[in-house]
Amino acid sequence: MGLRRVLRHSAWICWKDLLEFSRSKLRLVMLVLMPLFMMMMVGFIFPTGSTISHTPVALANQDVTVNGISLGNGLVAELEVVNNHTGMMDLRVATGYDDIKTMIQSGKVSGGIIVPPNFTSDLLAGKQGSITIMTDQSNPQTSAMIQSVVTKLIEQLGSQAAERNLNQTYNISLQDAPTVLMPYDVQVRGIVPGTPNYFEFVAPGIMSMVVMMSLMTGLPHAISYEKDMGTLDGMLVAPTSRWAIIFGKVLAQSTRGMIQGFIILLMAVLLFGVVIHGSILLVILLILLTVFSFVGLGILITSFADKEETATMVMMTLMFPMMFLSGVFFPIQQMPSYMQTLANFLPLTYAASAMRKVMVLGAGVPAITPEVVILGVFGIVLLTVAVPMFKRAMSR
Amino acid sequence: MAISTTNLTKKFGDFTAVDHVSFEVKKAEIFGLLGPNGAGKSTAIRMLSTLSIPTEGSATVAGFDVQKEDGMVREHIGLVSEKMIMYDELTARENLKLFGKLYDIPNDILNKRIDKLLAFVRMEKWAGHRIDTFSTGMKQRINVIRALVNQPDILFLDEPTLGLDPQSTAEIRELVRRINIENRTTMVLTTHMMSEADMLCNRIGIMDHGKIVALDTPANLKRSISGNDTTLFEFEIPNLDTNIMSSVESLKSVRSVVRDDAAHIKVSSVGSDSFDILVDALRKNGAQIRTVKNLEPTLEDVFLNITGHEVRDGASKAPAPTRRDGPRGWRPNKRVR
Repeated sequence: MGLRRVLRHSAWICWKDLLEFSRSKLRLVMLVLMPLFMMMMVGFIFPTGSTISHTPVALANQDVTVNGISLGNGLVAELEVVNNHTGMMDLRVATGYDDIKTMIQSGKVSGGIIVPPNFTSDLLAGKQGSITIMTDQSNPQTSAMIQSVVTKLIEQLGSQAAERNLNQTYNISLQDAPTVLMPYDVQVRGIVPGTPNYFEFVAPGIMSMVVMMSLMTGLPHAISYEKDMGTLDGMLVAPTSRWAIIFGKVLAQSTRGMIQGFIILLMAVLLFGVVIHGSILLVILLILLTVFSFVGLGILITSFADKEETATMVMMTLMFPMMFLSGVFFPIQQMPSYMQTLANFLPLTYAASAMRKVMVLGAGVPAITPEVVILGVFGIVLLTVAVPMFKRAMSR
Repeated sequence: MAISTTNLTKKFGDFTAVDHVSFEVKKAEIFGLLGPNGAGKSTAIRMLSTLSIPTEGSATVAGFDVQKEDGMVREHIGLVSEKMIMYDELTARENLKLFGKLYDIPNDILNKRIDKLLAFVRMEKWAGHRIDTFSTGMKQRINVIRALVNQPDILFLDEPTLGLDPQSTAEIRELVRRINIENRTTMVLTTHMMSEADMLCNRIGIMDHGKIVALDTPANLKRSISGNDTTLFEFEIPNLDTNIMSSVESLKSVRSVVRDDAAHIKVSSVGSDSFDILVDALRKNGAQIRTVKNLEPTLEDVFLNITGHEVRDGASKAPAPTRRDGPRGWRPNKRVR
């Protein structure tokens, strides 16, 4: 059976699959909506850096005035000015520790700031004025963020106060004061222009993931469903190579995955302000490579699962860990070490990583060679196992 | 010969679906495989149509070995499966086109052929409509002509009228006959409906437990239990019991006894004096004979006659179902694919 004949047959099978797909308007709408929801969801659920916005925080000023001076009031006023400018917190007035505790328990606030009664007297006596930050332990993420934001803010206010003290006590000019106080200055600079955007982190990962999903759910569905319906027999009884059936199905599913991948790419650029720094051609080639590396897995599971339902279940079981362990949503570096080891065995890890390097960092082929090789090997190994299994499963 | 099989066998684990079956199908005949669900008919057809690989034995279809020359076999066969081989969301024409293309039929020939096939089943007007808008009968007509796009020498039909209403059933049977006459297509048809096999088939192989237990023309099969020297009687005995049954079974002239329901038995017996012997034996055992009929046998009787005595699922001792029109004494659905 000639190669041209196989290709011709698979083109017809692909035509059939895509035609079938296009007959349902709902499916076409979903093709666009799914990536849109995915992007919006991850973009807004997951933290975009270490900032908070309009988070309710309780503020208790218990400071006692000493000789008509209240340094606590001054601090609160400065805090309010800065906060009004940034809009990070919604400050609520509270009376003290117990009051804030009740407020946190009832979920009214996510944290609290207490200026203690002896704040002014301590400072006047030449001691440090201590400030307590209260956190909501049931929500570690917000809690950590409030902690860091408030600490930073108070440190900032503290150094401003120190600068004024230096100026008054030691006659050091306000321009020189920061240098005396903090001789080191830290500057952050990325390797590509622009500030990091969480969408730039997730968009490449989601693209790889959608391509993976369309193959891993689409392929077993396409084949097992036809097996269940009995229509597969029609192809098997025709003088069509088994290769043509697999290839036609893969072609159709890949086309679908690619279309979805491009929809994500377009959305990321047009709606979510993602800038692609690398070559678009390389991005396309990477999508193709991702398709290749997952095809075998899709076919393998199709051959194992006798029914569509089984296939879908196996797929879901495999897909979810892959989605979360492969660094699509969170950087792998943030995971515990054993999870990182696990992630190293997942092809999606490499697909997402290569895609991210190209899209976000503008990397060229040399930088992603390891990923490309691993994905290629993964694809070849799985196909070598999957194709004979599939052929056997088809002639039971 | 269009088809010939030698000891064709298919095992699924410990279960033997088709058990050393050997038969031949002549060119242009309609050959029926008749038997209850699970008898192995579908598995046999799947092996002959290269969908399933035989565990043992061999078969040639259209002169080609189903295992070694499966590609050539596929060129010459068509399959109308129990499940319809059609895509609901595509139109009738698109369905026919796809399958035509899998046989590498050039566009101009294929389009003409599709028109002709649609006209053949009077569905020309529906060519551009989606399959899911059709009635079951219309779907099955398209399903049958779909198997004809490659103009097969041999057409396999697996329960082609299953689940159809009486009118569609009649239509499809007529269609099968027309295809056979007009194209001289050899047909292998499986059915569990005795009447269908009787009506359509030139020859019938009765399958049970994976074996062909009888193979002949419908007329000859019927003659085997009635005709020449053999007669088929039906007795109505209100006080029928196992004692009476066994007394009849033990008679030398009796070839088979099948209990229809609580009060009816069918007896096939040999010899001109067989009626007297039967009545004597029944009376001696206290049977009250209410009515007796001399029956014109149907294929149903043939099947019961051949397989009825066999212990199947231990059900032979239990009273047979009383439904008169349906299949009697058969094992309930136990499909093994």
